[in-house]
Amino acid sequence: MAPDMLSLERARLWLKLTRSHGIARRYFVVNGFDGALTMLGLIMGFRVSGASDLGLVLNACLGAAIALGVSGVSSAYVSEAAERRKALSELEDAMAKDLGGSAHGRAAHWVPLLIALVNGAAPLLISLFILSPLLLVRAGMVLPWSPLLLALGCAFFSIFLLGVFLGSVSGQHWLRSGLQTLLIALITVGLVLLLE
Amino acid sequence: MIHVKRLVLDVLKPHHPNALEFARAIAETGSDCRVQVTVLEVDEKTETLQVVVTGSDLDFERVHAAIGQYGGSLHSIDEVEVSNVGSDGA
Repeated sequence: MAPDMLSLERARLWLKLTRSHGIARRYFVVNGFDGALTMLGLIMGFRVSGASDLGLVLNACLGAAIALGVSGVSSAYVSEAAERRKALSELEDAMAKDLGGSAHGRAAHWVPLLIALVNGAAPLLISLFILSPLLLVRAGMVLPWSPLLLALGCAFFSIFLLGVFLGSVSGQHWLRSGLQTLLIALITVGLVLLLE
Repeated sequence: MIHVKRLVLDVLKPHHPNALEFARAIAETGSDCRVQVTVLEVDEKTETLQVVVTGSDLDFERVHAAIGQYGGSLHSIDEVEVSNVGSDGA
């Protein structure tokens, strides 16, 4: 295997060496939550304004989802690359040795990319899940309920799941943690409804 | 044929990977390789280890590469045990 080839085993080692598991998890939740709440806000906004053109709603939401994904990738890469370079340079000073060819050097190169991908993929994938009813309707499927209502349901469900995931990380009861994030979603909906 | 049986190495390495993972990486260099790691000193970002590697035919270059691969630096070879096994110069 080429030394720089990305494999799951290597990725695991690099995350371990740089102790970045927690960072990747935090980015996933923070940006995933951003994506879900942004979609929730957008869909509620369209509902409140009585928009009936699903194509318009879908394109606006997809545009926002893509922007969130690109923003997630670029912002995380820039900040993490700087952090990893600094950490590697400090370690090289302590070791009085160039670590470029070691696992630490490769981790400093690849970990920012991995974290950036997590940070960008989280809002994009969660947004696509929330928008899936609209995408299905555009693909010609007939749904039993309004696609906007179904998308709202998907948004609440994904926000609840993010809460459950946080609960499993923190050791809190999954239902309590899920309901907490759901409450935040309901507050968001309430604030958007004030626009009416 | 000259076989390296035992090496005692003075190694400086970062805190991560820890001594267990570091010892495992060195042990992977030979099928009957035994590794004993003693942490002698811990600094803010590094630790000094005494690494004892034993086996029937150790490959020093592979051991050295494994140490470097995990960010370690070999400071000195403190002890070696080498034997000439049965070739009789034939």
